[in-house]
Amino acid sequence: MLCAGVMPLVVGGGILAVSDKKNLVSLFAEGESDILANWVSTLNLGEIRMTRQEAESQGRAVLDALAKAVAHGNSSDMRGGEFADVRDVLQAFSRSRALQGFSPTETATFILSLKRSLFEQVRKTTRPEDAFDLLSIVSELIDRLGMFTIETYQKTREELIARQGKEIEELSTPVVKLWEGIVALPLIGTLDSGRTQVVMQNLLETIVQTGAEIAILDITGVPMVDTLTAQHLLKTVSAARLMGADCIISGIRPQIAQTIVQLGVDLNVVSKATLADALALALRRTGRVVTKVKAPSSGASQEQPAETRG
Amino acid sequence: MPTTTDTLPITSSDDVVRVRQKVRVRATEVGLSLVDQTKLITAASELARNTLDYGKGGHADIETIIAERRGVRVVFRDRGPGIPDIQEALTDGFTSGNGLGHGLGGARRLVDDFDIESTVGAGTTVAIARWKR
Amino acid sequence: MDSIPILKIGSALLVTIQVDMHDQLATRLQDDLTEKIVQHRARGVLIDISALEIVDSFIGRMLANIANVSRLLDADTVVVGMRPEVAITLVELGLGLPGVKTALNAERGLALIGGVSAAGEAADDADDD
Repeated sequence: MLCAGVMPLVVGGGILAVSDKKNLVSLFAEGESDILANWVSTLNLGEIRMTRQEAESQGRAVLDALAKAVAHGNSSDMRGGEFADVRDVLQAFSRSRALQGFSPTETATFILSLKRSLFEQVRKTTRPEDAFDLLSIVSELIDRLGMFTIETYQKTREELIARQGKEIEELSTPVVKLWEGIVALPLIGTLDSGRTQVVMQNLLETIVQTGAEIAILDITGVPMVDTLTAQHLLKTVSAARLMGADCIISGIRPQIAQTIVQLGVDLNVVSKATLADALALALRRTGRVVTKVKAPSSGASQEQPAETRG
Repeated sequence: MPTTTDTLPITSSDDVVRVRQKVRVRATEVGLSLVDQTKLITAASELARNTLDYGKGGHADIETIIAERRGVRVVFRDRGPGIPDIQEALTDGFTSGNGLGHGLGGARRLVDDFDIESTVGAGTTVAIARWKR
Repeated sequence: MDSIPILKIGSALLVTIQVDMHDQLATRLQDDLTEKIVQHRARGVLIDISALEIVDSFIGRMLANIANVSRLLDADTVVVGMRPEVAITLVELGLGLPGVKTALNAERGLALIGGVSAAGEAADDADDD
């Protein structure tokens, strides 16, 4: 059971005793501008990289929201409805700092330094016998604001990294049109299941757009092929086949060839040692022949016999 | 956007089509990508068919989830004969490629979350979910 | 009961699937096709699935069945117009549709029937080096 006025430490916050709520409400109601002025003046603006103006306007937004939250509810639970505005303000602040590349410390310090100013206000306006309880409440409240700020910051950074990761994935799996009806997919790096999905999508969409009949999967840049990688390759080949395109795999190095055989994987697909060989095969298959053309004459005669393939 | 739960009966092959259509609507609301939607709906179609063919009919609960993550969950319930060997039903041989049997293994590969409970003589419950990335 | 129309194009039969198929419709289609292949002595069956957003194992089996029956009646089956997301899903499901030829669209598909296209032919050729 709670002792009068003392709250156990609860993550989100808890119900306030009536007298505590009264004290808390008047703390904000009567001293908001003092609190703000004090807060800004105690900030090491250089350390947290804010201008005085930013600190003042941001600080005012936080205090306004806090004052409202405290007045309308009877809890200091950050997750409650009364704290919605507080959460919004902190989220906006934290997100913007995270996206601009400020550090977590620079971001949280701003919020946490509100404590000093609030403590000062408590000292000035509260009777000594109530002061300790009120200080505890205020301290916990600001701690929670600080934690919330950090969490939002974290989430924002994670979203940013995930987005960048996706962009890199997409950029590193380009599909190249080599010729009418022939596309090539130079695979670089490891082929995990996530990348395989991106690869398949890119490849299939390109097949639709270019009407390709042959897709060359070049794995020169794939350092290692294990059972999973081989399965991913097979999936990609099967998917292309379902869309009416045949595949040729190129760039299989000797060690990889041995690994594949040892693994007992049946790569039921034509393979060629180099992309060039694969292209030559693809051209043949699509009924094309490559010939050397005699140079327009300035007396230069053909140095080699015409080369035909096919 | 409110979270929703729809319960659809599965007693005919028209119902299987309705399950697909409802899952499509919810998946679009939640914002799943086209490929992810297709995978989820196909898995739901497989499981709805199972409910009909092996489970002697049942129903599907289709929930949208809007919280930390957004996604769609579908739970299939029947009071059919149940599956004696779940492990065996889940391994359908990826490389054999003929899609025989319960098709559970295939459905599992298409979704993010997959849970199954089955008691012989009592029935089967399968829950699947896909989340927005 | 409705049924899916089957068109005759030269020596091939063309079927365009545009609706969510339920069991009876699928059975009806297979029966109708079998009958018409014999009736018209068709050399090939073209199944256009470009309107299908979902192909599950039921449809997959139907396509494979059509291909198997047609082959026994000396006709090729070509499935055309599969959407990328459907192909990716089928592959994940483990349904490779063995015995079913595929092409990007009906035009290419028609060329495949009777093995007339370059790509189709090359698939049968031994690779020469």
